[in-house]
Amino acid sequence: MNLTLHVWRQKGPEDKGKLETYQAKNISEDQSFLEMLDDVNEDLIKTGKDPIAFDHDCREGICGMCSQVINGKPHGGQERTTVCQLHMREFKDGDEIFIEPWRAKAFPVQKDLIVDRSALEKIMQAGGYTSCHTGGVADGNALLIPKPTADYAMDAAECIGCGACVASCPNSSAMLYTSAKVSQLAVLPQGKGEAKARVKEMTDTLLTEGFGNCTNHYECQEACPKGISVKFIAKLNREYLKSLA
Amino acid sequence: MILDGKTPTGPIEKSWDKARFDMKLVNPANKRKFKILMVGTGLAGGAGAASLGELGYNVEAFCYQDSARRAHSIAAQGGINAAKNYPNDGDSIYRLFYDTIKGGDFRAREADVWRLAQVSNNIIDQCVAQGVPFARDYAGYLDNRSFGGAQVSRTFYARGQTGQQLLLGAYSALSRQVKAGTVKMHPRTEMLDLVVVDGVAKGITVRNLITGKIESHWGDAVVLATGGYVNVFYLSTNAMGCSVTAAWKAAKKGAYFANPCYTQIHPTCIPQHGDKQSKLTLMSESLRNDGRCWVPKNEADCDKAPGDVPEEDRDYYLERKYPSFGNLAPRDIASRAAKEQCDDNRGVGPGKRGVYLDYQTAIDRVGEATIAERYGNLFEMYEKITAENAYKRPMRIYPAPHYSMGGLWVDYQCQSNIPGLFVLGEANFSVHGANRLGASALMQGLADGYFVIPYTIAPYLASITPGTVKEDHPAFKESVEQVEAQINKMLNINGKKTVSELHRELGTVMWEDVGMARSDASLKNALKRIPEIRDEFWNNVNVTGEPGEINQQLENAGRLADFLEFAEIFAKDALHREESCGGHFRTEHQTDDGEAMRDDENFCYVGAWEFKGVGVEPELHKEPLKFENVKLAVRSYK
Repeated sequence: MNLTLHVWRQKGPEDKGKLETYQAKNISEDQSFLEMLDDVNEDLIKTGKDPIAFDHDCREGICGMCSQVINGKPHGGQERTTVCQLHMREFKDGDEIFIEPWRAKAFPVQKDLIVDRSALEKIMQAGGYTSCHTGGVADGNALLIPKPTADYAMDAAECIGCGACVASCPNSSAMLYTSAKVSQLAVLPQGKGEAKARVKEMTDTLLTEGFGNCTNHYECQEACPKGISVKFIAKLNREYLKSLA
Repeated sequence: MILDGKTPTGPIEKSWDKARFDMKLVNPANKRKFKILMVGTGLAGGAGAASLGELGYNVEAFCYQDSARRAHSIAAQGGINAAKNYPNDGDSIYRLFYDTIKGGDFRAREADVWRLAQVSNNIIDQCVAQGVPFARDYAGYLDNRSFGGAQVSRTFYARGQTGQQLLLGAYSALSRQVKAGTVKMHPRTEMLDLVVVDGVAKGITVRNLITGKIESHWGDAVVLATGGYVNVFYLSTNAMGCSVTAAWKAAKKGAYFANPCYTQIHPTCIPQHGDKQSKLTLMSESLRNDGRCWVPKNEADCDKAPGDVPEEDRDYYLERKYPSFGNLAPRDIASRAAKEQCDDNRGVGPGKRGVYLDYQTAIDRVGEATIAERYGNLFEMYEKITAENAYKRPMRIYPAPHYSMGGLWVDYQCQSNIPGLFVLGEANFSVHGANRLGASALMQGLADGYFVIPYTIAPYLASITPGTVKEDHPAFKESVEQVEAQINKMLNINGKKTVSELHRELGTVMWEDVGMARSDASLKNALKRIPEIRDEFWNNVNVTGEPGEINQQLENAGRLADFLEFAEIFAKDALHREESCGGHFRTEHQTDDGEAMRDDENFCYVGAWEFKGVGVEPELHKEPLKFENVKLAVRSYK
């Protein structure tokens, strides 16, 4: 198939940036979206032009590196799918595709489709852990964690930290991302002791890093490639209220 | 030269405890005076950086991704082994040790493997304490599943994302240390040289991938946890950015590269769809718990829909050839068996390079819901890539390069032959011998990071004065100049071929001639082709853009330049090892029924190569392997 791409090109954080148009030719439906972009880049290199810079690494939907808004939707809008897992069979010959970076105040564009997501790191550093030291811990079976609780924690822990929730949110909130870690650790006996301090420090950091607040649009849940539920935001809110008591 | 691994003597059961007691310590007040550079933040590097930071060392950690959490350990699916014996099925530290030695086809060091088995239990406890949501039963106890190469269930797992959850555990410990100020993170930073002063590792030269600036970092010790090199095959299950670069730069500064020819071709990957493919995707080995491998008995049936091939016309070849391990035969054996069926023109799917992995029997036994519970995310991933529903139609799988057992040579302390340079996880060669068993990579990465390096780095640090060499030393300036010169050289070739075209050419040679089965003739052909491709690279590659900006072409070009040098030593190692063992299969050395034939008399050693210059014959150093606790035997899974 042949496609027309409109791709966001921006030399650096200070550049204004604009959409440029490229043709993607002879694309097979078995190619992944990133393999289609690889093809376009090969053509650009051969004609002496600067290839499109985009983040990617594992190409199997788990590292969370890829970060593109495709036709207005983070990761392209397929259910539970990262850009790297999106395949060209979802498109048809002659389609026009718009490709942009994550857009949020907390995610400055570094080049083309690459953004700086270090603000997400700061939230994790604020309290996304249990304060256990290496060694000197109890036997793994000393803490009984019934399957429903372990499953709930795992549902939250599946977050890959890509930032699609932020990119999809009208407030550019990182609430889903933060709530996933808060919820995972709040229900586990290992994490309960620090639950109050954790939720406070993580949400405080969320605001100081320039993310917005949650006003229940649920766009994040829709965009999340791992299907993280907004129920965890409700859980975060409850944990937050508990921390004030 | 005969290398000495400096393994402890005496009874193996006491070896690690004794070694720990014999090690010198660094007192708590002195620890903060030492700066340790950790390159790579996967399971080994992330766990190591966090643990060393907790101890009070001053740690700086580097990764090329934008976050430590994205290292490729994240993609490991199936699980992590430990000798807990929770299922009461006969497991023990000794059995895990034995299975790992045997699984590695008797090409690993006994003492290192013993230590790994011993600390395996601590790893599970550590991860639980961090909040890793391992699978549990309704009462709350940890659950186990089976994996290849073992007859006990010792694999702990978190759905099909065990690597992700373990890495996020290590990442959380690392984040805690970053906040505490003991670890400084340098994301989007790639190591491009090791700085060696008077024969001792004293720092690294890196490229800031955002600004393009070449920077120097001094350290009292340098620890590489930079993963494996199977992207030398171009198509592999590794992430796109995985490379041999950090390890190879160290090798060019004198570190020996051990057993480069031991690579793991994983049996259960999604077959290649076409020539525009950029990577291959693994389907967890855990799928072989319930999936049955088969191909049609008759060539004529290969084009039929799998459902139209009657039961009696199917060849469940693993169950037929290896009745006692069946579909859970080790990876090297399962991969070669798949290749044999396809070479016999009984493969299925495009190009007939595929075999079926069928769940029908398991679905009939336990129901679709249970299978979905166990492997749901893997079936989903399979469908995204192939547009086929594996609940209704068997998966098609084919072997793909996945893991490197070889790596930089290290002694028992994980220290390379360059004092002050330590190597952890997949980047070293130490515990998997010639073949790694499933669920052992996560175990090794975390063992090295949490429970080995925090101890074994101390005797070295205790023997030196901290901070004697800093960035103002001329060796740093010289290293920066060399790195910049290479970058400028690559940017000024302005040839006709792209980096990925040349990488594909190298990959084709490596896969065809140095892949699952190698011969004297194929290896000699590879050794002719590799320098030709390397010459073409240096004369005809087109690397666009500028040095002082985000430049992904330049990053890839640098990695390919290193693969093009490394590939030669890889092929030479395979050529010199006139035996078949584990993942290294030489067609000249096989039994009548096609099994690998080891030659313990002549090759029971670690082959460690010393780089002498591009195009110059490398020198082979040997470390003889002694087996005092496990009897050298023909590995049988029949």
